[in-house]
Amino acid sequence: MAGRTLYEKIWDAHVVASPDGEPTIIYVDLHLIHEVTSPQAFDGLRLNHRRVRRPDRTLATADHNVPTDPVATPVNDPVSRRQLEALDENCHEFGVTLFPRGHENQGIVHVIGPELGVTQPGMVVVCGDSHTSTHGAFGALAFGIGTSEVEHVLATQTIPQQRAKTMAVNVDGTLPLGTTAKDLVLAIVARLGTGGGAGYVIEYRGSAIRALSMESRMTVCNMSIEAGARAGLVAVDETTIDYLRGRPAVPTGPDWDRALERWRDVVSDADAVFDAEVNLQAQDIVPYVTWGTNPAQVVALTGVVPSPDDAMDADERESTARSLAYMGLTPGTPMMDVALDVVFIGSCTNSRIEDLRAAAAVAGGRRVASGVRALVVPGSHRVKRQAESEGLDRVFLDAGFEWREPGCSMCLGMNPDQLAPGQRCASTSNRNFEGRQGRGGRTHLVSPAVAAASAIEGHFAVPAVVR
Amino acid sequence: MRAVRVVEGRGVPLGRSDVDTDQIIPSEWLKRVERTGFGRGLFSEWRDDSQFVLNQAAYQGANILVAGPRFGTGSSREHAVWALMDYGFEAVIAPSFGDIFRNNSSKQGLVTVQLANGDVDELATLITHDPSIHIVIDVEHLRVEVPANNWLRPFLLDPMIRERLLNGWDDIGLTLRHVDAIDRFEATVASPSLEGLFDAAGHLRS
Ligand code: SF4
Repeated sequence: MAGRTLYEKIWDAHVVASPDGEPTIIYVDLHLIHEVTSPQAFDGLRLNHRRVRRPDRTLATADHNVPTDPVATPVNDPVSRRQLEALDENCHEFGVTLFPRGHENQGIVHVIGPELGVTQPGMVVVCGDSHTSTHGAFGALAFGIGTSEVEHVLATQTIPQQRAKTMAVNVDGTLPLGTTAKDLVLAIVARLGTGGGAGYVIEYRGSAIRALSMESRMTVCNMSIEAGARAGLVAVDETTIDYLRGRPAVPTGPDWDRALERWRDVVSDADAVFDAEVNLQAQDIVPYVTWGTNPAQVVALTGVVPSPDDAMDADERESTARSLAYMGLTPGTPMMDVALDVVFIGSCTNSRIEDLRAAAAVAGGRRVASGVRALVVPGSHRVKRQAESEGLDRVFLDAGFEWREPGCSMCLGMNPDQLAPGQRCASTSNRNFEGRQGRGGRTHLVSPAVAAASAIEGHFAVPAVVR
Repeated sequence: MRAVRVVEGRGVPLGRSDVDTDQIIPSEWLKRVERTGFGRGLFSEWRDDSQFVLNQAAYQGANILVAGPRFGTGSSREHAVWALMDYGFEAVIAPSFGDIFRNNSSKQGLVTVQLANGDVDELATLITHDPSIHIVIDVEHLRVEVPANNWLRPFLLDPMIRERLLNGWDDIGLTLRHVDAIDRFEATVASPSLEGLFDAAGHLRS
C-alpha cells in the first residue's frame, strides 16, 4: 500500500462517520469565531434550543470591525457596534471564551490561534473566514466555512466534508537575500492562477519551505486560498516544535512528550503520491508587487506595468485592460515610478513580530515621504506588546508611521481604516480586489520590507538591503 | 428544526409571479445580526400599500402563502425563508420555485408545495371567495385539501426533503443522527481542549 499524504493522515484520523451517499462527517478540534460570521449561527442555536457542544474547543475574538484607534474611542458605525455587542452577548450566553476589543489576548483570529499555541499539529481547525488556511503552517488541516456551517460546528463539533485532492507545491533552493515568504507565495499564486488550486489541499514542501520560520510559513499558507485551494499545509519539523514549545496552550511535562510523539508523524509518508505536483526554484524568486485586481496579477518590483497586448487570449486581454483601468495604470510604466498615497503594514498575512521587525529594519532612522499616510497595525495585543518591548513602536513613530491598535484594519473596508476613492496603497494584506480596502481604492500587495521602503520613497521601492 | 407532518390553516393569495428573493426581503435587511425579526421586512416594498393582500383584515393570521410561478428566484439569501417563517408562514404553494429557495426552505422547515398552474389558480379563487376556508397540507401523504369544498390534490416532494420535514432534520439534525458516533469519537480525541486554560474574563490562568 502506498504511503499517505499529510492531508490524508489528518482526514483519516478525524472521520466520525461516513454515511452512504452523504458527505463524510469530520471532527473539529478547534473552532475559532469572530463577530462577522457568527451572530446568525448563534441565533440559529437559540431558535432550535441547541447549545454549543464544546465551548472548550471554541474561541472567539473581535477583529474585522474593531477600530484601530485607542481603545477608549467609541465604535461609531452602528452596524459594527451591533456585531461586536452581539459577539459579547453570544459568547457570554453560550459559555465561549472571548477576547473583546482591547483585551490583552485580542487580535486577528489567525494571529492569536498560533501565538497562544491553541493551533496544534494534526488538528482540524475551522473558522468562518477564508484565511483560516493560515493555521496549516502547523500541519493542521484548517479551512474557512460559512455561517450555516459555523452553526453546524457549534452544535455538533463536526463538519460534513467531501475529501479534497492533494497537490504538492515543491520549492527547492534558497530564497535570494531580500526576498521573503510574501514574495514566494505571490510567485506561487501567480503560477497557479486564482483557480489553479480549486478542489485541492496544497502541501508546501521542499528545502526552501523547510528553511522558513513558522511566521513565514503562515504567510505562505495564508494565501493558499488566493490560488483557490481549500487549505495549505506544511509538515511538522523541528521549526514547528521549537515554535510551539512553551506557548500558553501547549501541553507540558509528560503530556508534551506524548504530544511530540503524535506531532512527529504529522508529515507525508516518503512514498505518498499527490494528485498534482508543481515545482518552483527559490533562487528565481524576486521581490514582487501586484499590479491588478486579483492576487495572481503579479510583476517583479523592478518590472513594468504589463500591457493587454501581452495577454495570451482575448479573455485575458480584456481582464488586463479592465484591471489597468481600475488601477489607473499605463502599460510600460516602471512599477518603481508608481507613486503611493497610503502604505498599510498589517493583516493576518503580515502583521506578526517578524513582519514588524522586517519593516522597522527598513524604516529605522528614515522618514515617510511627505503626502504618504503609513499605518502599522500589529496583528494582536501580544504582537503589539512584544514590538513595544523591542522599541519598534518608537522606530515607526519616529519615522512618521502611525502605530495602531490590533485588528484587521485596512485589510478590508469594514472598519474606519479605509482608502478614499482613487487612493493607491502598498499593502501587506492578501487581497487586491476592487474596493476591498474601501470603495474605489487601489491595492498593491507587497511584503512588509517593500511596504516600508515604499513608504519612505513615496513610490514602490526595493528595500536597501538588496540594493 | 421542528418536525412537520401537517400544516393546516388559512391561505393568502399573493397573486403575483416571479417574486424574487429581493422582493421577499430587500438587501438592506441583510446587515442584521439576528435570524429573527425578518418578518417585518417581508415584502416590505409592498407593505405600505393598504390594498396589499397581507394588509387586508381577512388575511390576518393566515399561515399558507399561495403564490404565482417562479416564486423565490434570485439570490441565495436564506433570509427570504427566515422572513416568511418569522411572519408566520409555514408553507408556500406555487406552480414553481427558485431552486436555492426551495432547498433553503427544506433546511428550515418551510413546506414548499408545487401544484399545476390551474390548481394553484383554483385554490386562490377558493380563498378569495372565502378567506376563512380551512386548508390542510399533509406532508406525510403528500396532498393538499380544502375539506369544505371537497377539493384535494396530490403533490410531489423530493423523498429526502419529505424525510427531513417529517423528522425535523435540518443539516444539524442529520448529523445528530450520528451523535453516538460523535460521543465515541470524542472519547478518543488526542488534541487538548481549552478547558481550564482561561478564566471567565479570558485571561490565562497561570
Ligand atoms: S486580516 Fe484581512 S484576511 Fe485576515 S481575517 Fe482580517 S479581514 Fe480576513
